[in-house]
Amino acid sequence: MRAWVPTILRSLLLLVLIAFLVSPENFEPLLKPLVQPNAPAIYNQGSLLSLTILHLRTVLIATLAATIIAVLLAILVTRPFGVEFLALSRSLVNIGQTFPPVAVLALAVPAVGFGEKPTLIALFLYGLLPIFENTLTALTNLPRSVMEAARGSGMTPFQRLIQVELPLSLPVVVAGIRLSVVISLATATIGSTVAAKTLGEVIIAGLQSNNLAFVLQGGLIVGALAVLIYDGLSAIEAMIARRTGAA
Amino acid sequence: MRVRFDKLGIVIALLAAYGALWASFATLKPNRIVQGQAQAMLQSLPAWAGWGLVIVLVLAIAAALFRTSPWIKLLAAVVALAALTLSIGYAATFLTPAGNSYARVSPASGFWILLFAFALLAADAITRLDPPPAMRVLFLVLAAAAIGGLLMSGSWNGLSIMKEYAGRADVFWIEAGKHVELALGSLFAAVLVGSPLGILCHRVAPLRDGVLNTLNLVQTIPSIALFGLLIAPLGWIAANVPGAAAIGIRGIGVAPAFVALFLYSLLPVVANTVVGLAGVPRAANDAARGIGMTGRQRLFKIEFPLALPVILTAIRIVLVQNIGMATIAALIGGGGFGVFVFQGIGQTAMDLVLLGAVPTVALAFASAVVLDALIEMNSRVPNGARSA
Repeated sequence: MRAWVPTILRSLLLLVLIAFLVSPENFEPLLKPLVQPNAPAIYNQGSLLSLTILHLRTVLIATLAATIIAVLLAILVTRPFGVEFLALSRSLVNIGQTFPPVAVLALAVPAVGFGEKPTLIALFLYGLLPIFENTLTALTNLPRSVMEAARGSGMTPFQRLIQVELPLSLPVVVAGIRLSVVISLATATIGSTVAAKTLGEVIIAGLQSNNLAFVLQGGLIVGALAVLIYDGLSAIEAMIARRTGAA
Repeated sequence: MRVRFDKLGIVIALLAAYGALWASFATLKPNRIVQGQAQAMLQSLPAWAGWGLVIVLVLAIAAALFRTSPWIKLLAAVVALAALTLSIGYAATFLTPAGNSYARVSPASGFWILLFAFALLAADAITRLDPPPAMRVLFLVLAAAAIGGLLMSGSWNGLSIMKEYAGRADVFWIEAGKHVELALGSLFAAVLVGSPLGILCHRVAPLRDGVLNTLNLVQTIPSIALFGLLIAPLGWIAANVPGAAAIGIRGIGVAPAFVALFLYSLLPVVANTVVGLAGVPRAANDAARGIGMTGRQRLFKIEFPLALPVILTAIRIVLVQNIGMATIAALIGGGGFGVFVFQGIGQTAMDLVLLGAVPTVALAFASAVVLDALIEMNSRVPNGARSA
């Protein structure tokens, strides 16, 4: 009976988000009490919709690149050829995650200049770690019986990788991607301090002009995106897990 | 006899060769914000120092290339890192024209690549040695002492980042204090509130999902937005609650940053307390009950000590995360190392950015090492079971 409540709430959140992005002026009365009498209540230095799309694009590009590289690296260090790197790569992931995202962003600026590039680099490097860590965990903890059965049935190492190891690891890899996306969505807002076009622009404009409505709408859009994407990826993860479990 | 190469050694050798031969070692800038002139390694140092550095690096690369004991590799890495850090300071003095107080010298890409290559070698050697927790902390203390010694000796004073520091030494330490205060204070508050809340969630099952879901939602709000959103309610409290302003509650500044960091810290603390308590073996609890322990005795003598490693893990996560996020507090006047990062970004003075970013990274790294060691010392699981 209550199982459908979260689904309804999420669809509602999605609808409100889309409605707000398409015509934010309809929501003006809601935000008006938060600002000084003459200040605008809806972000007026650009379209919220296009900023949201740019924000998502930045996160998407960085996450795609991070996923490809992280999975390839994890495959490499779990093959006999790369096994020498396995222990080191584990500690590197550990060390890497202590680097604050802001510092990564700030340190990327001297290397590549202002704009979208340092943000992409920071998101890519930071997103790499959870995906790599999860892929590594999945690939090194496969059920022994399955691996032996695959070997016993005469599969080549490449066939084992493609047909057994990767499909079985997929749910855990998706969980890593999910973590990485949620971190990236929030970190991308900081990218606006180095002139990247993201929703951070709205929040920073609000901070600078003491306009609470701007801060609120920027923050809520990013928060809603994070919740929706997180849930979407969780659903995909559950679906894949069910399928591999049944196969 | 066949010589066996170390695969990581090959990667390190390639990186180091690129860093030393193709990339530039230092940059000379006419003043602090303009683009500089890149200098190769041998141009940045007097002949004897330049060739000396080359010889040290070649020897260290050789140690990396061949399969030898990790101790030798660690020694090679440490010597190479020391040579690099000393040379860059020397290069700064050498390159700066005499009597020119505007010219700035900063490390260039080649220096950073070399530093990364040999840090990688050191990390690999330490990973292979798999030192016990106390020794890892000792390594950290030795590294900190070496860096402290270098800073005190003044051999880096010619570098641009140190000139940025010299201009604002007193502010630097004030902001450093604020940064640590923010990160540690909010962690302390989160543990104080979060662990009882975790115990409550563990005992009262219906509460659990609601509390954890709410805290999960807080995590999705980007940090700059949460900082900003807290300005209004705290400003209202400061204006309307007697005594609030007197204890430092204000709309902008430290208070919203502190509250935001506290809110972000709650989820890991509460969630891990719940997980830690749930992981206490039923047998241990039954035995305690059997010998007549009261609920409170069981909590403090059995459940809490057994859950401690998981709770310490939360503290590690929170502390590292808070040290990073405290940087953003500067955007709302909360101070901390972020002040230099954002000032530097605003003035396009990259050495000022480094002055904020490098201590933040060092602080986060050091606290991670110390807490990892603490966690390992406190977990009853024998060492070998960790990788299982």
